[in-house]
Amino acid sequence: MTKSELIEALARQQPHLAIKDVELAVKCIIEKMNHALSTGDRIEIRGFGSFSLHMRPPRMGRNPKTGESVALAKKYVPHFKPGKELRDRVDSSADKYEITG
Amino acid sequence: MALTKADFAEKLFEELGLNKREAKDIVELFFEEIKTALERGEQVKLSGFGKFELRDKNSRPGRNPKTGEEIPITARRVVTFRSGQKLKARVEAYAGTES
Repeated sequence: MTKSELIEALARQQPHLAIKDVELAVKCIIEKMNHALSTGDRIEIRGFGSFSLHMRPPRMGRNPKTGESVALAKKYVPHFKPGKELRDRVDSSADKYEITG
Repeated sequence: MALTKADFAEKLFEELGLNKREAKDIVELFFEEIKTALERGEQVKLSGFGKFELRDKNSRPGRNPKTGEEIPITARRVVTFRSGQKLKARVEAYAGTES
């Protein structure tokens, strides 16, 4: 499923909303999630899961071209932990559906 | 404070002028639709954010960390998330507050 397929699916279920509004809403939700994570805020959606940042400590890396050592600063990466309902639903239907998309 | 569905609904109300009911419904449906797709085995790719992927894991030996007792971890399907380039870059730039 892609973003545009998600927008279509939501529009079908909310026929009183213009598809343009559904599209704006989806983009707005995604932008708010991006913004939250990039300012260090967690996101917690009950039954779906939570998004947070994991810290990667500073390390010595290597420039693969020159072999030269470079100091890499600590950084953060986004992390998603699926919620219980999502975990259970995905696992319990695993033998009914092949993985696609 | 972590963001919740209510914060997203509030944002839709403020920015798009959806009424509170519509805003709440669309946020609810947004996450429900992603769950339903994943339940059907469909991976979900939201450009500008990331991809929710599915993996079938074989069973493997595990251990109760408290008692040290061996217990098999059953085969299962799990969801993983890979953030997209844009999100990765924005998060990497986050300096962080020590906590």
